[in-house]
Amino acid sequence: MSLRRWQCQVCDYVYDEAEGWPDDGIEPGTRWEDVPDDWTCPDCGAGKADFEMIPID
Amino acid sequence: MAPIVIIGTGHAGVMLGREFRKRDPEAPLLYLTADDGAAYYKPNLSKALADGKHPDALIMQSPDKLAEMLDASVRSQCRVTKIDAAAHRIELADGEQIAYGQLVLALGADPIRLPFEGSGAGEVRSVNDLLDYRGFRDNLPAGGRVAIIGAGLIGSEFANDLAATDHVVHLIDVADWPLSRLVPQPLGKALGDALAEGGVSLHLGQSVSRIERNGEALTVETSTGDSIQVDIVLSAVGLAPRTTLASAAGLNCHRGIVVDDHLATSAADVYALGDCAEVNGYVLPYIMPTTHAARALAATLAGETTRLNWPAMPVAVKTPMCPTIVCPPQSASGSWSSIEGEGRDLTAIFTDDAGQPNGFALTGAATKRRGELTKLMPPLLQSG
Repeated sequence: MSLRRWQCQVCDYVYDEAEGWPDDGIEPGTRWEDVPDDWTCPDCGAGKADFEMIPID
Repeated sequence: MAPIVIIGTGHAGVMLGREFRKRDPEAPLLYLTADDGAAYYKPNLSKALADGKHPDALIMQSPDKLAEMLDASVRSQCRVTKIDAAAHRIELADGEQIAYGQLVLALGADPIRLPFEGSGAGEVRSVNDLLDYRGFRDNLPAGGRVAIIGAGLIGSEFANDLAATDHVVHLIDVADWPLSRLVPQPLGKALGDALAEGGVSLHLGQSVSRIERNGEALTVETSTGDSIQVDIVLSAVGLAPRTTLASAAGLNCHRGIVVDDHLATSAADVYALGDCAEVNGYVLPYIMPTTHAARALAATLAGETTRLNWPAMPVAVKTPMCPTIVCPPQSASGSWSSIEGEGRDLTAIFTDDAGQPNGFALTGAATKRRGELTKLMPPLLQSG
């Protein structure tokens, strides 16, 4: 399955599964469902529920 | 049941609603906003040019979508003129009265306006919301010339964004380096050098003495005799919390609307958060502190009384020419005891009088140390 991108609906930050977010210990390739539920947006602090998947063009 | 009334649909108000709805899908929420109620993320204003975004593209949710998402009523173009805290009522500009169960003040802050001399003084702009930003963009010619007064966070970000998109930028500050209130000289100089390399003309250690309308142009004259011809003058010299409404209602105000670590004001059932609030002496007009406050207050309003915890919250300055992160010192006394690194990749650590780390600043490649250094910083507010 291809990796997806998820966008914060508060600030526009994009979580890219291919890149993960190593600053918070989330390794590249981590799928969205495997990101911890208490992880928050690095830019604005919004919760995981405030993200939506970006449709693939 | 009288609704929870939230005044303001900026980050503070909207984040509060999002967090509240995760806990309480039922209780009625009413938003009142003086603008059009479209939700946008204010920090994105100072990077929109480089992102190639028209002001309309900065809107994250239309007023209708916001109301639907939060299952709330949103009344736009609506100004609150009075709070009667004893009666749990507010009054609008047209005299309408609205009863509230709880009231949340998420009013934001006003840009500080310095008084200038000269025939062009009245044309100085500031950008504090999307409407201001539209006006700025509508009046900015392609490749236009802009003088920015104030090389703080916002001034430096706008300078970077404008210069990166081929505008002529003059950045003016009374201090000798950008971000002078937040970082020590070598780091400010690193940022300043990078901006200069990116095409920004720096006018440091000088203030604006006059602004004259001069045909098509505005002429900015500085205290050291520089004379700068521009199309637009943008003031970015800081923010003042909006306290007038609260103060007139007898709520305790100091620099901001004074709240305790439950975000409660001095009046029963009235709360404040975001840029208008002063929490235990802190006025922090930044995103992360506001998000934390929204989360704590949402829990309290949903019936689970929750104190605000504030960890150390570094702020990223959106200056891609020299990425910069600041975690402002909490302690007034102390010093930047350690400054190290090469070129523009610098780390500065502030220690208090007891020698404990209390703040830091990072530039260039050193910004990747953010996580590591944040862990060393004490929290600002910690509940027992």
